[in-house]
Amino acid sequence: MAYKRQIDRLPIPPADAKVHNVTCHYCIVGCGYKAYTWPRNKQGTLSDNAFGIDLGEQQGADGTWVAPSMYNMVKQDGKDVHLAVVPDKECVVNSGLVSIRGGRMAENRPSKVTGTQNQRLSDPIVWRNGVWQPTSWDDALDLVARVTARIITEGSEDDLLLSMFDHGGSAGGYENTWGTGKLYFGSMKIKNARIHNRPGYNSEVHSSRDMGVDELQYRYSDYEVTDTIMIVGANPLETQTNLFLNHMRKGLENGAKFIMVDPRRTVTVNAAEEVAGAENVLHLAIDPGSDMALFNALFTYIVDQGWTDSEFIKNSTFQSGEAVPEDAAHPSGLGSLEYALATCRTSTAEAAEICKVDESDIIKAAEWLAKPKDGERKKAVIAYEKGVIWGNDNYRTVGSIVNIALATGNIGREGGGCCRLGGHQEGYYRPSDAHVGRPATYVDQLLISGGGKVQHIWACDHYKTTLNAAQYKSVHRKRAAMVKDAMDASAAGTREQQVDAIVAAVNAGGLFVVDVDIHHSQIGQNAHVVLPACESNEMNLTSMNGERRLRLSEKYMDRYGNSLPDCLIAAKLAQNMERVLREMGHDDYADQFKGFDWETEEDAFMDGYHGGNPDVTYDRLRAMGNNGVQEPVQGFENGKLVGTDRLYMDGKFTRHGRDDKKALFCAASWRGLQAPGKEQERANHKFWVNNVRANIFWQNQFLDKDNDFIQDRFPYPFIEMNADDMVEIGVNPGDLVEIHNENGSTQGMAYPTDTAARGQVAMVFGSPAGSQGNVVNPGVNELVLPDYKHTWGNIRKLADATPAARSVSFKSKEYTS
Amino acid sequence: MRCKKMVDVGRRQFLRGSAMAAAGAAATTVTGTAAQATPANAQVDYPSGKLANLADLVVNEPLDIEYPDADSPGVLIKLGEAVEGGVGPDGDIVAYSVLCPHKGYQMSYNSDDRTMNCPGHFSRFDVEAGGQQVWGHATQNLPQFTLRVAENGDIFAEGASDLIFGRPSNVL
Repeated sequence: MAYKRQIDRLPIPPADAKVHNVTCHYCIVGCGYKAYTWPRNKQGTLSDNAFGIDLGEQQGADGTWVAPSMYNMVKQDGKDVHLAVVPDKECVVNSGLVSIRGGRMAENRPSKVTGTQNQRLSDPIVWRNGVWQPTSWDDALDLVARVTARIITEGSEDDLLLSMFDHGGSAGGYENTWGTGKLYFGSMKIKNARIHNRPGYNSEVHSSRDMGVDELQYRYSDYEVTDTIMIVGANPLETQTNLFLNHMRKGLENGAKFIMVDPRRTVTVNAAEEVAGAENVLHLAIDPGSDMALFNALFTYIVDQGWTDSEFIKNSTFQSGEAVPEDAAHPSGLGSLEYALATCRTSTAEAAEICKVDESDIIKAAEWLAKPKDGERKKAVIAYEKGVIWGNDNYRTVGSIVNIALATGNIGREGGGCCRLGGHQEGYYRPSDAHVGRPATYVDQLLISGGGKVQHIWACDHYKTTLNAAQYKSVHRKRAAMVKDAMDASAAGTREQQVDAIVAAVNAGGLFVVDVDIHHSQIGQNAHVVLPACESNEMNLTSMNGERRLRLSEKYMDRYGNSLPDCLIAAKLAQNMERVLREMGHDDYADQFKGFDWETEEDAFMDGYHGGNPDVTYDRLRAMGNNGVQEPVQGFENGKLVGTDRLYMDGKFTRHGRDDKKALFCAASWRGLQAPGKEQERANHKFWVNNVRANIFWQNQFLDKDNDFIQDRFPYPFIEMNADDMVEIGVNPGDLVEIHNENGSTQGMAYPTDTAARGQVAMVFGSPAGSQGNVVNPGVNELVLPDYKHTWGNIRKLADATPAARSVSFKSKEYTS
Repeated sequence: MRCKKMVDVGRRQFLRGSAMAAAGAAATTVTGTAAQATPANAQVDYPSGKLANLADLVVNEPLDIEYPDADSPGVLIKLGEAVEGGVGPDGDIVAYSVLCPHKGYQMSYNSDDRTMNCPGHFSRFDVEAGGQQVWGHATQNLPQFTLRVAENGDIFAEGASDLIFGRPSNVL
C-alpha cells in the first residue's frame, strides 16, 4: 500500500513572508526556487498571501501550489519558522517546473519540530571507549591536527590520503572547494587525492579539454532552436529532469529530431517519442561499450559525404597533422581532421557489426546530424554523460564524440554544442592541482595495498559509490579497526599518549580516518573523528549549472546543531595545523597554514572566487536573483553582471591552453573493451549489469534513505530484468536477488521490465541497501577513469519478496497516452 | 481514457465558480456558522459525497467523479480483484483525484495496465497499489479518496489521503 501523507491542509505564507533565492542543490540543472519563511504564529489567508493570488480557487495546471514536501518548520535566527520552498516561474532554467528531487528540498531539511532528517550530525564525534562520543570542535580538531601533523612530518604529505568532492551544489560550491583546496593544494601539496566518484584526482573529460573544448560550452536554450539532439549514454528525463522538460522538449516541439545512443531503452526515449513522434526519434541500442565505433563511423561518413563545415574547420581547427602525440598522459594522439580520421576511419558496415545495430540506422543518424537542409548547415546539440564518462575507453570515446561536433561546426554557435550533461552542479575554485600529476594516483589501490596512514574524507561515501567496493570496504574496515583498538587501549591516557598509540597503529598498517559529512555515513562507521558539515541554505553558497549559470543560493535557516560550512571546517583545521606544527617546532611549515582567518562563508568566497573574478560579489549575485549570470563574467555594467552566452563564439578554442587557439581532433582508435579484465568478465558471465540512475533518488540517497516517500517506493535497489530471464532463474517481482562475480556480490529487488533485453539488467547506483560497486572490477583507463558501466555477473535468488517489496508497484515506468 | 459519464457528487456540488471566489470565509458563510463562535477543527471536515451506486460500476470502466467539490475531478474504479484499501463486497473499489500531484494536469486511465497517466510530464500512478507513483515527478502518491458503501449500495467519498493539487486545503 502506497505511502499516504495524510496531510490535507498546509499553512499559507503571509504577504510579508521573507523571500530568499534558492538554487536547487541537487542536480546540475540547478532549478530556481523561492524560499518563503514566516514566524510560527503567523499565517496568510486564502485572499491575502505571499503569492498574491486567490488560493480559495482551485489552481489550474501549472498553477502555484505548495505540495506537502515543499513545506517544513525550521530554525531561523534561533526561532521556529515556517518554510515553503516553491519553484520559481521567473527562473529561465525551469520556468516553474519542479523535479521529484527539488520538490522535496523543504522536507529534507533537518527539523526538530517535524522530525525530518534528524540523522544529520549536530556535533563532532570521536571514537572513544568503543563508541562515538560527542565533543567540541576544539577537542576533535586538536586530535585530527596532532595525528595528521605527526604523520606528515615524520613521513610526508604523501601519507595523507584525501577523498574530496570537487562539485557545486549541496556540500560543494565555490566557497567549499576553495576552503578545502586552499588547505590541501595550497598549505599542503597533497598528491594522493581522489574525488567523490572516481579513484583519482582527474578530469572526467580529459580528451575534450585537450582538444580545446570545455565540456560545458553551450546554453540550455540551444536545445530549443536546434535541428537535431543527440544524447549519448544519458537519461536526461530522469537525471537532468527540467533540462529535458523545459528545453529539449521545446526543441522537439519545434521540429528537432532526437537520437539516443544507449543500450537500454529509458523513459527519455519514450517521452521523446511522445513529444516528437516515433518517426523523429532514433534509438541506437548499441552493444555495451561499442560507442566509439559508432562515432568513428558517423565521423567518417559525414566527412566522406562532404557534410562538414569547411570554413569552421579551416579557421578554428589545427591544420597540420599531429599536434599532440599519444603518450602516457594522452591515450590517443590529437591533431588535424585528416590526422584523426586516418585512425578513426570506420565504415558504417564495420560499425554496424561492432555495435550490433542496423547499418541503415547509422546512416540515418549521420543524415539527421549533418546532411544539409535546403543547402544550409544543420545545427546539432550533442550531449553525453556517464554512459561514456563511466564507460569504455573514456578518453578516446569522449574524443570521438567531440570530433563530430568539430567537423560539423557545432561548437560556439546558437543551436549547437557538445557538452556533458553533468551530475552535480559545478563550483570549482582551487589552487593548481598540477602537483597531482597525470596520470593521477589510483588512490583506492594505494589504500588497498597498505599505502597511506591518515585519510581525510570530505562528503564522500566510497562504501556506496566506488568501484571494486567489496575489496575496498574489507581493507578499509580492517585498517581502521587497528586504530580503533589502539584508541580504546589508550582511552584513559593523555592526548599525547593517545596520539602516540594512533601513530604506532598506523605505522603497523592501520589507517586513521577523519570523515567530514552531514550525516554519519557508511564509510563514516570506520572513522575515528567525524566532523559535522552543513548544506546550502544553511549557509550561503555559490555554484554554476550545466550552462555555466552562476547563482547565489541564500541562507534561510540556521545550521543544524554545531555543524559548519566545509570551508570554515577547513579553516579551523588549518588553524589547528598551524598551532600544532608551531608547537612541534616546525615554524616554516606552520606558516604555510596562515590565511584562513575567515568568519563566514562569504569571507571564503571573497578570498577565493572573488580574488580571481573581482567583479563578482555576494551583493551583486543576490541582485541577479535566480537567473544569475552565465560564466565567465565579463564585467559589471549598469548595475548588472555581464556574462557569456556560450563559449568559443569567436571560433577560438582555449581549454587546452594552446597559443594557436585551434581545436584539435582526436585519433580515437577502437580496441574493444579497454579496461583490464572486462572482456574476460563478459565471457564468463550471463548478465551485463548496467549501472543506472533513477530520478527519485538524489545521488547515493544520503538524504533519501531517511525519506518515507522515497523508501516506500523502492525499499531496496531495483534491478530491472527481462521477464523471461526472471522466469528462467525462478524469480518473481520484488524477490531479493544477488548479483555475483569474481569481484564480490551485491543484492537488490527484481523489477520486471519488458524493454530490458535478455541478458541485460540495470541496477540502480549507489544504494545504501546494495552497492552496485561491489561487483565492478578495478579496471580503469590510462588516466584512472573507472569503467563502472561494464560489469558482468550471474544472478541468483536470495529470498521471496519481503512485505515492503510486495506492496511496491512493478508496472512499466513508461508513460502511456 | 476517462469515462465521460457524470455522477452525483453530493451536496457540495453547488460550491463552485464565483461562490468559491468569496475567499477564506466562504465555507463558514455557506454553512451559516458564526466564525467567532466555533473554534476551527483540528482536521478538515470532509463532506460526504455520493459518487455512485454499486450497480453503476463495471469492472475496469472508470467513472468520472468530483470530490470534495466540483472543481476537483476524480475517478471511481471497480478493479475486479481485491486491493489493499479497496471497499465494497469484493474489496475492489477505489477512487482517486485525477489531477497530477506534480503540476495539476488532468490524467487519463490506461485500462490495460490500470495506471493513471499524466500528459503534462509523463508521470504515472498505479491504481492497484494505492495510487503509488510508478514513475514521475510528483513528490507524493495520488490522493486516494476514503470510501464508504451504504447498505443500499450507494458509494460515498468521505476523505482524502493526501493534499489535492492546486489547493492549500482539500476542502476550500
